[in-house]
Amino acid sequence: MTTTLTGCSFGADLNDSLLRPGNTNCAGCGMSLGLRWLDEALDGKVPFLVVPACCGIVTAGAFPTTAYGAPTAASTFASAAAVATGIASVLRMNAESSPVVCWTGDGGTYDIGVATLSAAAERNEDILYICYDNEIYGNTGGQRSSATPEGVVTTTSPRGKTERKKDIMAIMAAHRIPYAATLSLAHREDFLRKVKLAACTRGFRFLLMLSPCPTGWKSEAEDSVELIRDAVRCGIFPLYEVFDGSRYRINMERDGASVNAYCERQRRYRGETLDASLMQTRIDEQWRYLKAMAAAFPAIDDPHHPS
Amino acid sequence: MARALVTGNYAAGYAIARAGEANRNARGCAGGAYPITPQTEIIEFLRGFEFTKGRVVPVESEHSAMGVCIGSSLAGARAFTASSSNGLAYMTENVFAAGYYRLPIVMIAVNRTLGPPWNIWVDQGDSLALRDAAWLQFYTESHQDLVDTILLAFRVAEDERILLPAMVAMDGFLTSHTQMGVELPEQELVDRYLPSCKIPHRLRADRPTTIGGLTWPRETEHHRREIQEAMERVPAVLNEAIDEFEAVFGRRPHGALSCEHTDDAEIAIVACNTIARTARQVVRERRERGERVGLVKCKLFRPFPRAEMIKALSSARRVAVLDRNHSPGSGGIFWQEVVTSLRGRPDILVQDYLVGLGGGDVTPELIGEIVDELGTQTTAQEPIWKETAA
Repeated sequence: MTTTLTGCSFGADLNDSLLRPGNTNCAGCGMSLGLRWLDEALDGKVPFLVVPACCGIVTAGAFPTTAYGAPTAASTFASAAAVATGIASVLRMNAESSPVVCWTGDGGTYDIGVATLSAAAERNEDILYICYDNEIYGNTGGQRSSATPEGVVTTTSPRGKTERKKDIMAIMAAHRIPYAATLSLAHREDFLRKVKLAACTRGFRFLLMLSPCPTGWKSEAEDSVELIRDAVRCGIFPLYEVFDGSRYRINMERDGASVNAYCERQRRYRGETLDASLMQTRIDEQWRYLKAMAAAFPAIDDPHHPS
Repeated sequence: MARALVTGNYAAGYAIARAGEANRNARGCAGGAYPITPQTEIIEFLRGFEFTKGRVVPVESEHSAMGVCIGSSLAGARAFTASSSNGLAYMTENVFAAGYYRLPIVMIAVNRTLGPPWNIWVDQGDSLALRDAAWLQFYTESHQDLVDTILLAFRVAEDERILLPAMVAMDGFLTSHTQMGVELPEQELVDRYLPSCKIPHRLRADRPTTIGGLTWPRETEHHRREIQEAMERVPAVLNEAIDEFEAVFGRRPHGALSCEHTDDAEIAIVACNTIARTARQVVRERRERGERVGLVKCKLFRPFPRAEMIKALSSARRVAVLDRNHSPGSGGIFWQEVVTSLRGRPDILVQDYLVGLGGGDVTPELIGEIVDELGTQTTAQEPIWKETAA
C-alpha cells in the first residue's frame, strides 16, 4: 500500500493531545479551546472523530500529517451523522466502547446536514454530536447560515440578515434524545461537566457550543472568551440542558447585562436590519420559554443521567 | 447447492446477506437501507435477515445510506447497500467519496430510468452516470449471473491489490421482478469463498490517522493514478476470483466478457444485461442459417476491458453496440468505450444503436433488424435511434 492510497494522514500518536500543535485554526477560534476541553473531559478515552466539510477539517492541516491526535474521518458535508452511525454500529458490534464524536460547524448541522442529523437522532444512534456554532459559513469566507442571528452582516446578507436564528436546541429536544446541552467557552467547569455527562450517556447526545470566529465576527482574537461570557450574561446564549427532550435545567441565570456589550465588540452586528430593542425582546421571549419549561418539567437526577 | 425459483431482487438480497454473514468472525457487516423502486425488495430482505454480527440501518436518504456504508467500512466491516435511478443520483456525492476513500463497499444498482419525467422501467443511464466514481461496475444478464457476480464483486473489491468499491447492476423489473431458477449457495460455501474483509487503512482506536483530509495537487494526482493502477489490475484479479469461484462452487461464472461465435464473426453485437440474453438467441438463430454473427456480452464496464474487447472483436468487420442508455450530446456510453478500445482498428465499422431507452422492449426482431441493416452499411453513422414499437 502506498502512502497516498487514501489520503490517510499520519504523524500523530496516542500520546498527543486531541488537537496537536501545527493546526491551522485562526487565532481566537473557538474550536481551539473547545477541542482541548473536549480532550480533557474525555479523560484519556480516544474518540473516533467525524468531521464534515467545515473549518474543522482544515484544522487537521494537509496530507501527509494531521493535527488530530485521534482516528478521524473527513466526511462529505451533509454526512457526519451518517458516517458516524456506520462507525458506531461497527465499533459496538465489536464490543469497542470508543466514543464516536461528530465535530461539525453550524452549516453542517443547521443547514445541509440537518436531515442526516435528524435521522441519526431519531434512531438514537450512539453518537456524541458537537456543533461548534460560529453562526456563519466560516470556511467559505463568511456567508449566512440558518444559525446566523438577525441583523448580522455576512457576505450573503450584506445589509444584515432579515431572518431569525434557527433554534436547533428545540429541534433536537423534539427528537427526545437522551441529552442536549449548550456549552460556553467562558465557563470551564460547566463545559467539562456537560461533556463528561454526555460521554457517559448512551444514545444520541447533542452539544451546542457557541464558537467565536474573529474572522467572521469581525472581532478581536483576544476578546473571544469574553464575548462568550457576554453572550451568556446577557442571555443571548443561555446555558441549559434538556434530558430526554422533556426535562429542562437552566445552568446559569442571565445577570441583566445589556446585549449591546456583546454586540458592540463585533463589527458583524452592523446591519441595517439590526434592531437592538427587537433583539432584547427575542432574548426575553426565549428566557420566558426556557424558564417555563424548567419550572413545569424540571430535570431530575436519575440513574440514566448522573449529574 | 439449493436451486430455487426466485426474483432477481431476492437473489441479490440473498447473495449480499450471505456475503455479509461470511464476515461474522471478523468485524461483521453493515449497510444502509432506503427504498426506491425497483430495488426496494433488496433492502427489505436485508432488514429482515438475522445477521450474527451485522446491522442494516434504516436511513432517511440514499445519500446517508452510502454515508453509513462509508462509516461502517472505515470501521472495518463488510458494507453494502442497493439503490436505483434518482436514488443513485441523490447518493452521488458519497458514491465518489467511497471510491476515493478506497473502501470495498458493494452496491446493487437496479437500473431504472432517471427522471423527470418519471419512469420506473429499465435504462442503464443511472449507474452509468456514476462511471467516473472510482467504482468497479458489473452488468448482469440473469439471476444466476447476478448472484455469482455479487460474490465475485466482494472478492475482487476487497482484494488488497484492488481496494475499490463495486457496483453490480441488473435490469429493473426484467431481472429484479421476474423469477428464474438460481443456484443459491449455502453459507458454508460463501464462507469458504470470501475471506475475512480486511481494510488496511480502516480507522483504529490505537492509530490516530486522519482519512480524507486536505491534499495538494501532486498528492491528489498520485491518489488518482493509484486508483487507475488498481483498476488496471482488476481483469487479472477477476480471473483469479473466477477460478477460485469454480473451485468452491463447482460452476464457472461469466467473466469480464462472454463471447459467443466471435472467432469468425463478420458482424458482432456488443450488449449487456438482459439485452445480451436476447441477442444471444438472435446470434444462435443466425448461426443456424449460416450467418457469421457473434455476440460479446460485456459484464465488466469499469474498468473497461479494452484489451479483451479488442481481442473479442478482432475478426469482426462490423460491430453493433446496443446501448440502453444515452449521453445527451454524444450517444451510447458503451459505444464510446468500444470505439475508444478499437481506435487502432479503423477497418472495423462500429455502429451505435440506442435501444429500449426508458424500458422499451428490445425484441429478437429488433435486434435481427439491426443485424440486417448493419450488414449492408458501409460507413459508420452517428448513433441510430431505434424506437420501441408502440
